[in-house]
Amino acid sequence: MSEFSVIGKPIAMVDAAGKTTGAGKYADDLRVPGMLVGKILHSPYPHARIKSIDASRAEALEGVIAVVTGEDAPTPYGILPVGHDEHALATDKVRYVGDNVACVAAVDEATADKALELIDVEYELLPAYFDPEESMKAETDLIHDNKPHNIEKDYHHVFGDPEKGFAEADNVLEGRFIANEVTHAAMEPHCTLAAFDIDPHTGKQGRLTVWSSTQVPYYLQHKLSLVLEMPMSQIRVIKPLVGGGFGGKSEVIPLEIIAAVAARKAQAPVKIRYTREEVFWAHRGRPRTIVDLKTGITNDGRITAVKARVVQDGGGYCSYGVVTILYSGALLGALYDIPNIQYDGYRVLTNKPVCGAMRGHGTVNVRFAFESQLDELAAKAEIDPAEIRQRNLLKPPCITVNGLRVQSYGLPECIEKVVERSNWKQRKGKLPRGRGVGVACSHYVSGAANSIIRSDMPHSTVNIKIDRDGGVVVYTGASDIGQGSDTMVAQIAAEVLGCSLSRVKVVAADTDLTPIDIGSYSSRVTFMNGNATLRAAEDVKKQIASAAARKMNCAPEELVFRDDTIRCKSLAGGGARAIQAVEASVSGRVEGQILRGSLQQKRKDEGPKDQLTFEEAVVAAIDFHGALSGTGSYAPPPEARGGKHKGAGVGPSPAYSYSAQVAEVSVDEDTGEVTVHKVWASHDCGRALNPVSVEGQIIGSVWMGMGQALTEEMVWKDGMLMNPGLLEYRSPSAVESPEIEPIIVESIDPEGPFGAKECSEGSLAATIPAISNAIYDAVGIRLHESPFTPERVLSALREKKAQKKIDMTEGIDPAAPSRFREHGGSLWFRGKGPERHPLDPARRDAPAAAAGDD
Amino acid sequence: MKKELIELRVNGRIHELASEPSMLLLDVLRQDLQLTGSKRGCDDSSCGACTVLLDGTPVLSCTMLAASCEGQEITTVEGVSEHGSLAAIQKAYGDWGGAQCGYCTPGFIMTVKHLLSENEDPSEDDIRAALSGNLCRCTGYSQMYQAIKAAIEAEQKGMAATK
Repeated sequence: MSEFSVIGKPIAMVDAAGKTTGAGKYADDLRVPGMLVGKILHSPYPHARIKSIDASRAEALEGVIAVVTGEDAPTPYGILPVGHDEHALATDKVRYVGDNVACVAAVDEATADKALELIDVEYELLPAYFDPEESMKAETDLIHDNKPHNIEKDYHHVFGDPEKGFAEADNVLEGRFIANEVTHAAMEPHCTLAAFDIDPHTGKQGRLTVWSSTQVPYYLQHKLSLVLEMPMSQIRVIKPLVGGGFGGKSEVIPLEIIAAVAARKAQAPVKIRYTREEVFWAHRGRPRTIVDLKTGITNDGRITAVKARVVQDGGGYCSYGVVTILYSGALLGALYDIPNIQYDGYRVLTNKPVCGAMRGHGTVNVRFAFESQLDELAAKAEIDPAEIRQRNLLKPPCITVNGLRVQSYGLPECIEKVVERSNWKQRKGKLPRGRGVGVACSHYVSGAANSIIRSDMPHSTVNIKIDRDGGVVVYTGASDIGQGSDTMVAQIAAEVLGCSLSRVKVVAADTDLTPIDIGSYSSRVTFMNGNATLRAAEDVKKQIASAAARKMNCAPEELVFRDDTIRCKSLAGGGARAIQAVEASVSGRVEGQILRGSLQQKRKDEGPKDQLTFEEAVVAAIDFHGALSGTGSYAPPPEARGGKHKGAGVGPSPAYSYSAQVAEVSVDEDTGEVTVHKVWASHDCGRALNPVSVEGQIIGSVWMGMGQALTEEMVWKDGMLMNPGLLEYRSPSAVESPEIEPIIVESIDPEGPFGAKECSEGSLAATIPAISNAIYDAVGIRLHESPFTPERVLSALREKKAQKKIDMTEGIDPAAPSRFREHGGSLWFRGKGPERHPLDPARRDAPAAAAGDD
Repeated sequence: MKKELIELRVNGRIHELASEPSMLLLDVLRQDLQLTGSKRGCDDSSCGACTVLLDGTPVLSCTMLAASCEGQEITTVEGVSEHGSLAAIQKAYGDWGGAQCGYCTPGFIMTVKHLLSENEDPSEDDIRAALSGNLCRCTGYSQMYQAIKAAIEAEQKGMAATK
């Protein structure tokens, strides 16, 4: 008999049927009586002061119930306590094309759209900043007055002695890597429905209920309370099914606050659903990142030092920016043994939509640079790229030079497995020209050890209630966004209680019903909420055991809970009886409904039992204790919370996942097109609680990494997004998607629930460098900028042959291109761009145009 | 715009409703008939989440005028389950991880249903080509192929059992 009865088996998600039949409800599927439609007016300018807003014409339109502007909710907010720089609607300035100016609540969408056109806004245009390195030089017209040089935050960390490290190195390489901006593009556009109750005592607007597509119901409740100036207890946030997040719903998105403000003013429920273009503006994706990287190795392949200067193009507001720039530095550690690290990180503000957290938060772009450079160094030192990674492994348990505690460490096995499965040794460097293989590794946190809201509260709390019917109800704040956390919670509860999965009902992510969980981000849910569930289930189990033990005349510790039966360990033949018991309970008898009198009679007849069914044990426990419920919570242990330096709070995690990948690609040297044929991806997830879900997460991460590597890119022109649609953004379809072979490695973490760790983000970061390294193996070019589009590949190929580089933008006036600029720039013809401020640097030589008229 | 009376046959039932001639099929399904299984994922017919069958042919309901579908048999994802239980393809999508967040799933189910009605035993290339009009951001599509293969097997077994 296997060690576990529920976990470790591939099962369908508990909410799968709702998704495949269309019965499951997402935020946009909900409606309440009297509901209005909200539509947001966005800024057409990247940087402008709002001189006046006149909504009177819009308000006069039949069917418009309310128009809200910044004055209706002037309190600033932001996801980080250090970054309260956003307003529900702009109060003084707009900072990107798409910034939020006003919102109309009307009876239907057509009316709301019409009303938007009737709002008169007078802007005073300001010079705008689009390039982070230019933006850092700014002295005047700052994006936020309190951020000199438009630098949101900079960090300068030195661990060990990097200078000494580089002096000891035999090979040192320096290079600049650029990873362009990508976004989550979750299939479900953001949607929020906000409704106020009427308070029966005051007769006025009372409690607020918000249904929203969010990964973080608790943070949303917190920020709503701040902006609406209402106590948190008066706000209920409910997360319905969420159609994917990837980090894009892991903070408070403007529409979530705006819907509530509009509902308050309109005195009616308001639903706002973003269009796909608005989703791109709301963004919060992975910033364009410029990495200047220097790595040194000895002749035998040992890394001696790493120095990284990272500049991130953060967009108009802080968002998660301070955390992103810290992750970029902190996660240089904990993958390999690097004795000396120097890190200089700059998070820079620009007049573009806001970047935030995206799958593999902070680590992905720096990992692309690092793993590419390591590959270059391996080639230089003539060491096999897989081998060089094996020579730089950590020796856990250990604490890295930058203070990260590593316990379980499956990386060695991950590398071994992919090398073996991909037949690496026979194929690396030996495939025909144009075809190649590349290897790379990555890792990620299993939840941040320090919450972004400074407090001592546990990161997760879970309650379990069991009633006489033997039904187990788990109340968890975990937010299932499609990754399967509800299923994970049900599995852990069922495993601990030894009951079947069908008994367990999960009530999740409703701030009125479920205890606080800080949300689904930083891959924390399985580790933290899983541990809280485990503890809650053990709390209940203890109560059942003490009552059952009395019935069975044995010690509580002797009891085994499994297959809906409670047996005494010391009694022989328990297994055979268990099978009988299961058969009895499927015969249709519902134990929980037996009247107490007849149950007592039955007990008298039978005397002390050597086993109880789950229902009998539950009834016994309720009779004995009066009620049956349990609570468990999880807070990361102090020793996992990292060092003491400034910014040390970001990066530490109770456990890290590990990933190694081999990608096989072919490169068409005539067209520059790269095709990924197969990716072997091994991932150390501690223990796979539901293997089908774990494999799905690994494949999904690799696939998303491949998108970033080859096609996905947000293309900007003067702060205007050129490709705000799923086709133009070029999310890969089934035809472009390679075979991905997931390989699960189980290192059984000492602190994870049943040993489980993260599995949804860590794999993404390895894919981009694995593909880049495979391109090098195929045609000998080293790509320093992602995505590896045909033009970048062709350009590098020509450079290698010492031919003139292709520069598509050469000779084009960026202010008024006469022909298409890069891919996606289909909207831009001469004279069709937005009016620009005469002082705008891009417009310097152009004739001064009348500014200020919209 | 003035509303007109139209008659739509959806999942075998006739609905008579007053609708503006400019109403899209997707909006009528979701708002008037409360069949919210068909999703809106984009605004430019690029994602396929709103796919329904019109006389057995997959169409994007976000680009069809509802009034133009009169007299045709419309099948939405709500019409796929058989006698209150999951169809083989729905069961397989759940079992094999073909659905993660599930937002694109109804569209895929409709596309696959059409594929299997045209071709009982599609190759992987056939499947990829058929699915290329629907986007998914969670699964990387791989587990969908396993689900589709499993569904085909289940269907064949089911047919063999009834013979």
